Amino acid sequence: MAEGKKPILQACGIKKSYGHIEALRGVNLDVYSGEILAIVGDNGAGKSTLIKILAGAIAPDSGKIIVEGQAYDKLSPRQALDLGISTVYQDLSLVNCRDIAANVFLGREPVKCRLFINKKKMVEESIALFQQLNINIPSIHALAGQLSGGQRQGVAVARAIKFGGKLLIFDEPTAAMGVQETAAALSLISSLGRQGYAVIIISHNLHQVFSLTQRICVIRQGRVVDTVFTADVTPNQVVSLITGAAQVTA
Amino acid sequence: MRENALKHFLTKNFAQLLLTLVLLILCIVLACKTSYFFTWANCYNILDQSSVDIILALGMVFVISSGGIDLSIGSTMAFSGIIMAFAMKSGIPVWGSLALGLPVGILMGACSGLLISGLSLSPLVITLGFMSIGRGMALILTKSSPIFGFPNSFKFLGSGQIGPINSPILMAAILVAISSVLLNTTKWGYYALALGGNDEAVRRAGVSVWKYRTSIYIFCGLMAAIAGMITVARLNSADPLAGWMVETDAIAAVVLGGASLSGGKGSILGTVLACLVLGTLDNGLILLAIPSYYQKLLCGIIIILALISTELRSRKEPKSIS
Repeated sequence: MAEGKKPILQACGIKKSYGHIEALRGVNLDVYSGEILAIVGDNGAGKSTLIKILAGAIAPDSGKIIVEGQAYDKLSPRQALDLGISTVYQDLSLVNCRDIAANVFLGREPVKCRLFINKKKMVEESIALFQQLNINIPSIHALAGQLSGGQRQGVAVARAIKFGGKLLIFDEPTAAMGVQETAAALSLISSLGRQGYAVIIISHNLHQVFSLTQRICVIRQGRVVDTVFTADVTPNQVVSLITGAAQVTA
Repeated sequence: MRENALKHFLTKNFAQLLLTLVLLILCIVLACKTSYFFTWANCYNILDQSSVDIILALGMVFVISSGGIDLSIGSTMAFSGIIMAFAMKSGIPVWGSLALGLPVGILMGACSGLLISGLSLSPLVITLGFMSIGRGMALILTKSSPIFGFPNSFKFLGSGQIGPINSPILMAAILVAISSVLLNTTKWGYYALALGGNDEAVRRAGVSVWKYRTSIYIFCGLMAAIAGMITVARLNSADPLAGWMVETDAIAAVVLGGASLSGGKGSILGTVLACLVLGTLDNGLILLAIPSYYQKLLCGIIIILALISTELRSRKEPKSIS
C-alpha cells in the first residue's frame, strides 16, 4: 500500500479445507490502518472462511496471522477481540432472546462489585451509541429477535464499533438493510476509514465496493487472484477477475 | 405508553401470573373440598415437601435456560446421599461426610458438562447415561438395601427447625435467593440464557462456552446433591432408589415456570411457583384420597401441554430476519 507503511494485519499462506473441499489454498493479505479494503469473489470463493479465520471463529489448517508484527498460528475469538479485531458476520451473531443492550455488550458486560452486571450502564451507553451512530431502534429493551433485518444489522454494527479496536470486518454489511439504512451504514463505514480504523468489507455489490474502498482483493476458488487499487480498475475488470476471465495487476 | 408498559409486563410475566392464578384457584377448590387443607400445619407441610423439588428445579432452570437438559438429577441425588450415609456409618463426622457427598454431585455434573460442551454431545443422551451410572453405583454400593440411623446433627438438616422455620424450607429459600441473583444479575446467568439463545454468538463474542456450560451442569449436580442430603436427613435413611423420576417433576416445574425447552428463557420465580402448584396438587390428591401415582400422570400431561403452549406462543411472536 503506502511506501514504508506497515500493515496492521497480515494473513500469510492461509489454508483451510473442509474434508475434500479446499476452501482456502494459501491466501496472502495485507491490511493497513486507515484504509477500507474490499474482499470480493463469487459464492463459495472462500471470503467468509477467510474472515472467520481472521476473527478467530475458525482455525486455519496452516499459515500465519500476523497482527502488528506478532505472528499467530490461529486466533481464538477472545484473542481476536483483544487484538482489536471486531467482526460483523453475515448471520449477525445476535442472541434473539436477549435485549439490545445485552447483545451490544455480549462478552464485555460491565460489572460492579466484580460480580453484578451493571445493567444501567449498559442501557445508557447503548442508547448513546445508537444516537451517535444514528441507528434507529424501537426500544433499547426490545429483544433482538423482535427487530427487523436492518435494525439487527444496526445492533451488530454498533457492537463492532463499540468494541472494535483497530480492524473492523463487515461481512455483507448491508445485506438485510433498506435503502435509507444502507445509506446510513455506508456513510458510517466510510467515516470509520477516515477515523483511522482499518476496515475490511465483503460485498457482492460492486457499486458499494467502488464508492467505499481504496483497495479490492479478489478471491477465486480459495486463492487471491489479485489485489488492486480501486482507482486503477473498472467494475468490469473486477468482474473479469471474479469470474476468471482476466488478470489485472495494480 | 402506559398501555405498552402494561402489555410488556403481562407478556414478560405471563407464566408467573398464570401460575399465581392457578395456585389461588387450586387452593380455593381444595379448601372447599376438605377442611384440613387450609390449616397452618398442612400449608407448612406443602412448603416443607416442596423444598426438595424447588432445590432440584433450581439447578434445572439454568440447564434448560442454556438449551440443555439433565436427566441424571434423581440418581445423582441418590448416589450422593449414599456416599454421605456410608461416610457417617464408617465414623466420619457429619461435616466430613457432607464434604465427601456433596462433591459427588459436583463431579457428576462436571463429567456431564465436560462431555456435552467439550465434545458437543447430546445432553439428553449423556445425562441419560449418567442417570444409569449414578443409579447403578447407588445400587451396587448398598446391594440395593437402604442405610439408616444417622447422628442427630445430620437429621437436623432434614427435619430440624431454625426458629419457627424447618431447615429444608430455609435452605430452599436461601438457594432460591442465590439462584435468582445469579440468573438475573451476573454474567453467569446472562450467559446461561444467551447460550440457550445462540451459543455460536456467545462463542464468537469471546466467551468460553465450554467453561460456562460445564459450570451450569456442575451447579445442577450440586443442587441434586443438596436435595439428596435433605432427603436422607429427613427420612433418616439413604435409599438407593431415592429420587426416582424426580427429573420429570423438575422439568415440568421449569417449563411451567416460563422456560423454553429450546433454551434462552427461564425464571426462578416461575419455577418456584410451579413447584408450589405441583406440591399443592400432590397434597390435594392425598387429602382427597386419590392415589399419588396420578400425580405422575398429571406431570406428564402438564409437560406436554406446557410444551404445546410454549410452541404456540413462540409462533405468535414476531420472527426475525437473519
